[in-house]
Amino acid sequence: MMDNVLFLLQDYTFRTVALGSALLGIISGVLGSFAVLRRQSLFGDGVSHAALPGVILAFLLTGNKNTEVLLLGALASGLLAALFITGIEKNSHIRFDSALALVMSVFFGLGLVLLTYSQKVPNANQAGLKRFIYGQASTLLSRDVILMAACAAILLSLVVLFWKEFKLFTFDPEFAQTLGFHTGRLNLFLSLLIVLAIIIGLQTVGVVLMSAMLIAPAAAARQWSGRLWLMVLLAAGFGAVSGVLGTLFSSAVPGLPTGPVIVVCITVIATFSLLFAPHRGLLRRILDRRKTRARFQAGISTTILKERRRLS
Amino acid sequence: MEHKICAVEVHDLTVAYDTTPVLWDIDLEIPKGSLAAIVGPNGAGKTTLIKAMLGLIKPLSGEVLFFANEQNAHKNDIAYVPQSGSVDWDFPATALDIVTMGRYGRLGWLRRPGKAEKQMALEMLDKVGMLGFASRQISQLSGGQQQRVFLARALIQQAEIYLMDEPFKGVDAQTEKAFVVLLKELKRQGKTVIVVHHDLQTVTEYFDWVTLINLKIIANGPVAETYNEANLNRTYKGHGIRLKEVV
Repeated sequence: MMDNVLFLLQDYTFRTVALGSALLGIISGVLGSFAVLRRQSLFGDGVSHAALPGVILAFLLTGNKNTEVLLLGALASGLLAALFITGIEKNSHIRFDSALALVMSVFFGLGLVLLTYSQKVPNANQAGLKRFIYGQASTLLSRDVILMAACAAILLSLVVLFWKEFKLFTFDPEFAQTLGFHTGRLNLFLSLLIVLAIIIGLQTVGVVLMSAMLIAPAAAARQWSGRLWLMVLLAAGFGAVSGVLGTLFSSAVPGLPTGPVIVVCITVIATFSLLFAPHRGLLRRILDRRKTRARFQAGISTTILKERRRLS
Repeated sequence: MEHKICAVEVHDLTVAYDTTPVLWDIDLEIPKGSLAAIVGPNGAGKTTLIKAMLGLIKPLSGEVLFFANEQNAHKNDIAYVPQSGSVDWDFPATALDIVTMGRYGRLGWLRRPGKAEKQMALEMLDKVGMLGFASRQISQLSGGQQQRVFLARALIQQAEIYLMDEPFKGVDAQTEKAFVVLLKELKRQGKTVIVVHHDLQTVTEYFDWVTLINLKIIANGPVAETYNEANLNRTYKGHGIRLKEVV
């Protein structure tokens, strides 16, 4: 087993895929933290599903199957969906969740229609468009990973640069506005970064599972930390670890798909955190409740004893 | 009669959500150095008035002037204490973090808070009796403690005008007294404090200026002249409060 792992680590393809998955984990962990704290987790799910028709259209229109072209298409249709969702919510009496479900299913349905149609187009099968549904990390080329690394560098430095503003805006947007920060622009900016983080992960885990990568690392990290910077660092760490572990498992066991295995890894981490985290975990809360009840009952019985003694 | 400078002037302000008017043709002047209460029944538009003053709500018509200037010119001179229920207290931050946010406006874009800001934040936490809770998770604070943190966050802004939306909500009697001492100290420094207030009994004790509001301005003036049974009856018309006991 150990030999196998060592052999894998020296394998060029494995290193490329592992590095790409780790980068994906880091980006989605960091931006996912803000999405979760802003209660925008579902928004991420909507945007990632809605990216599918953009990918296919980009191929049909250009005939190009390079990742950056397809992802640009994904970005365009993801943003368009985001615009529709917020537009419907703002200008009608339809609520956010209904608007989201509506736009998401229409876009995803359109994506599936286009995908079926595109199979008749020559070269379509070789273009591997299907990989965007469930993701196919093994198709990551070193040029894809370089693209991911560049995007990661830009996204992370923007988060560091605007840390103060993002923190304030996420906690209390109205107060931020009274301080003179243009919250409309901040909202657009932060949402754009979150959408970019989603788009970058599509090739690896696919449009269906991407929202798990956005939500799970952040939810897990929140369990262990009470400070924003620590939560964001932990989320990045959890994302990276599950990216590498997922690649490792799927390479070691033939037939395991990388993207879904990465999602399973982060889910295990998140479940463990929800149950066993020191302050916020479920186990701790059950124990605390039991302790309080025991103390309360002990209090009652000593009172009863005293009372009896007094009466006798 | 001496002519006082106005800290806040509101002219012809009308606000509506969809087709329902919430504030109707409000004209209002609050002199500098006042400790003013905004009083009115539930749904009278008190919070809306504060938010419209801050520019958080876009009015259908009208304007708000601070020291006879457009409000945008004075962002750093206006501090805001929102209702503590308006944010998610499960946010991962400490009391110190939240108070420091009050300096972000003065820092402006991109500049980070440093030692000076931290020192100031600790002083403000001390002022509201929360120094011992500086590194406490905000999710572990009680409702009254959250309210204190919000007050400290406004104090650190070192503003000229303080707009507070029900700062006494959920705080115990002792804390309320301590808050009033702080508000009166602000007034002594020449600051203007405007508070949405619910307790009719304490208006005369705490404040020197009162604005009675119910969709429209019912009365606006010094407490001694304005806060009487006739005006209160007009404000709370149909709300079934026995006002004789109050005044």
